[in-house]
Amino acid sequence: MSLLRARGLQRHFGGIAAVDGVDFDLEKGEIHGLIGPNGAGKTTFVSLLSGRIAPQEGRITLEGEDITALPAHARVRRGLGYTFQITAIFPGLSVFDNVALAVQGGRGRGDLKALVARALAQVGLEALRDEEAGTLSYGHLRLLELAMGLALQPKVLILDEPTQGLAAGEIAGFIQLVRGLTPEVSVLLIEHNMAVVMELAQRITVLNFGRVLAQGSPAEIRANKAVQEAYLGA
Amino acid sequence: MTGGRIWALHLAVLVALLAAGLLLPGYHSTNLARILVLATFALGYNLAFGYTGLLSLGHAMFFAAGMYGAGLPAWHWGWEAGPALLTGAAAGGLLALLAGSLALRTAGVSFMIVTLMFAQAFALSLLYFSDWTGGDDGFAVPTTARLVFGHALSADVPRFLAAWGVFALGLVIALALVCSRFGRVMVALRENEERARMLGINPYRAKLQVLVISGIYSGVAGAAYALLFGYVGSSFASIQYSILPMLYVLLGGAGTVLGGVIGAAGIFYLTEWATALTSAWLFLVGLALVVLVLFLPKGVLGWVRAKLWRNLP
Amino acid sequence: MAFGPFLLLALMEGLVTAAVLSLAAVGLSLVFGVMRVVNVAHGEFFMLGAVIAWFVSTMVPGPAWLAFAAALIVAPVLVAALAAMVDGLVLKRLSYNPEATILATIGVMYMIQQAALSYYGPDARPVLAPFSWRLQLPWFGYSGYKLFVVLAAGLVLLAVWLGLTRSKAGLVMRATQVDREVAQAFGINVGLVYRGVFALGAGLAALGAVLYVPISQAHYLMGHDPLLLSFIVVIIGGLGSLRGTLVAALVIGLSDGVISMFFSPTLAKILATLLVGLVLVFRPQGLFGAKE
Repeated sequence: MSLLRARGLQRHFGGIAAVDGVDFDLEKGEIHGLIGPNGAGKTTFVSLLSGRIAPQEGRITLEGEDITALPAHARVRRGLGYTFQITAIFPGLSVFDNVALAVQGGRGRGDLKALVARALAQVGLEALRDEEAGTLSYGHLRLLELAMGLALQPKVLILDEPTQGLAAGEIAGFIQLVRGLTPEVSVLLIEHNMAVVMELAQRITVLNFGRVLAQGSPAEIRANKAVQEAYLGA
Repeated sequence: MTGGRIWALHLAVLVALLAAGLLLPGYHSTNLARILVLATFALGYNLAFGYTGLLSLGHAMFFAAGMYGAGLPAWHWGWEAGPALLTGAAAGGLLALLAGSLALRTAGVSFMIVTLMFAQAFALSLLYFSDWTGGDDGFAVPTTARLVFGHALSADVPRFLAAWGVFALGLVIALALVCSRFGRVMVALRENEERARMLGINPYRAKLQVLVISGIYSGVAGAAYALLFGYVGSSFASIQYSILPMLYVLLGGAGTVLGGVIGAAGIFYLTEWATALTSAWLFLVGLALVVLVLFLPKGVLGWVRAKLWRNLP
Repeated sequence: MAFGPFLLLALMEGLVTAAVLSLAAVGLSLVFGVMRVVNVAHGEFFMLGAVIAWFVSTMVPGPAWLAFAAALIVAPVLVAALAAMVDGLVLKRLSYNPEATILATIGVMYMIQQAALSYYGPDARPVLAPFSWRLQLPWFGYSGYKLFVVLAAGLVLLAVWLGLTRSKAGLVMRATQVDREVAQAFGINVGLVYRGVFALGAGLAALGAVLYVPISQAHYLMGHDPLLLSFIVVIIGGLGSLRGTLVAALVIGLSDGVISMFFSPTLAKILATLLVGLVLVFRPQGLFGAKE
């Protein structure tokens, strides 16, 4: 039984099928890449998984339990964490408060301060804990976003375009960090940077026109003719 | 700044208010009693608007619910001040639960209009059921009901002490609340509701909780107003009494615990001064609102926080 | 009087209410539609129109229709000028932020109301209708001027509709409504459009008031009810939709006439305000608006 499973997910926007019957499995402990050309339906698909949009058809289960009807916040509490593509932190609050909110809303139980400190240490932001979040540099903001995701203590962490806008050196550190999360946390990684996906993911799902185009190991995906065509454009 | 210093500051303000009320002559202590009751209303409004970002235009209905919730049992059945205050608080909270559970399905401008409309319907209902409520004229709260432990609330000193007690309790609870985990959630909802949702927070439930707390504050303030000053009337349910707490909060500083009392005192003495000048004192209230929105959108304490004291709650 | 004629009277009164409502509401709807600004001072622009009509009627000698005709021009122009000033001094500086403009227009509302109290006074004063013809039905007589108001409201709404759909200015307004940035990119002076729309909305309120004041009286607090009712109409009709506004004005006006006559005006208002709240909660696109 896979950890997170979707069957027949469907979502139309006024006649256009953004997600059109997608089956998907995230196994426990894996890092799973989700790629596809622009407009392939990645964002909609992830929004369906996280509960920000309701599907018109299909079912989603987490550890075998049906979560299709649960609102987004309830899914987070069950262990389905999500980090935003466009960094969305609370700029007026301190770094500590930002992470503390994630601890409060997530599955972590115990001393708030210790749990916040742990999440900050994981991404290396301990020194900035009392700064106002709005004053951080872009790279630090991305790390804070990740720390908030980790502080949720999720079973599944959905990372939406996490390396966007990061410098090459920062990306190397990020790869290290994500690899260190498994096997406790299973990761669904939506990413444009193909090098990052190929290096991190054990399996990759390719979406195109709202459907699954291919699924397999990085080597298989690289060799797949249909994927090449979709990316190069036919 | 540590939590200890924050508490010391707020307790010092409470002590100063107590001393002022007891030492100043009767006229000012009555004014101060009125200001403290209105400031309690502002405390409740600030929890919803200042901290959680719920811009309600209908808080007059919670204030009036408290007023009638306390005044009606006192008038019809001769209840005493203590139990009447509790029914007033309950009436404010219950109405907030009812109105909030509907209004919170909307946000932004719609939320403002929905709260405005519900408050309007409530005010009109007070007129419609005039057999019970005294209609347009309202009613005087019987002096027999204005008693606490045998002290008449119509006398200067007991009245001031009662007002101070209500405000002090409200201030301490509000400060504890905004410094708590829940207080952090409130600010998060104001700053970025969608992000808060994706951190496992149920925005609807949290906002409803805030609104009920805010309604209880407003209800207590309305009940205290009725019991301390002896009059209950439907004009307290008019939109003007939804605007006033907003004005207090905007002047004193939205999202600051002490902002409400600073704003209430400021507006109170501004209107005192304006009434002496012109019968059209509402003109100055209107002007104050425009000027505040244009030039001091964060209020006095918001300015202090930005410039001097970043962690002021 | 038998039930039938009684109902007829209620419906006629309701139709007049609907006409006044749509006149008061069309400006509010226009301002919200194009600028996304909820103008709480709208009712005061209405009140000013009525008060100016009274001043004009005392200053213009001769027959009542002459003063009325003068007021029809003077009141909307003056009120529109005031609105343009409010836009420049307040709304524009707030960058038309929806919530800040609500607070600011509440302030403007108090200022206009109290200025009227100071310069016009607390009394309600009548303004003569331009003519005094009465329609004599078998059961009751009915003011011919009231029927004229219904006709005039129809003409004003038609003019607004034609102006919006057929004229270049209307095209510019609609373009701004759909997308402010794109309109700007096409060389439309959005600031000017906003100023014009806000002035036009206020002018329409004043025009409605001049038409309305002969069947009522001019009073400094008279803006309150039109504001509330306009809100009701605009929201139930769907914010920013002209057709919805008209339909809602008819529904609200007629039901208000019937409920007021057979039950109580207060009850009619309670039901209407509750309906607005519930419509916004459960059908934010309005009762008659199409779902997005």
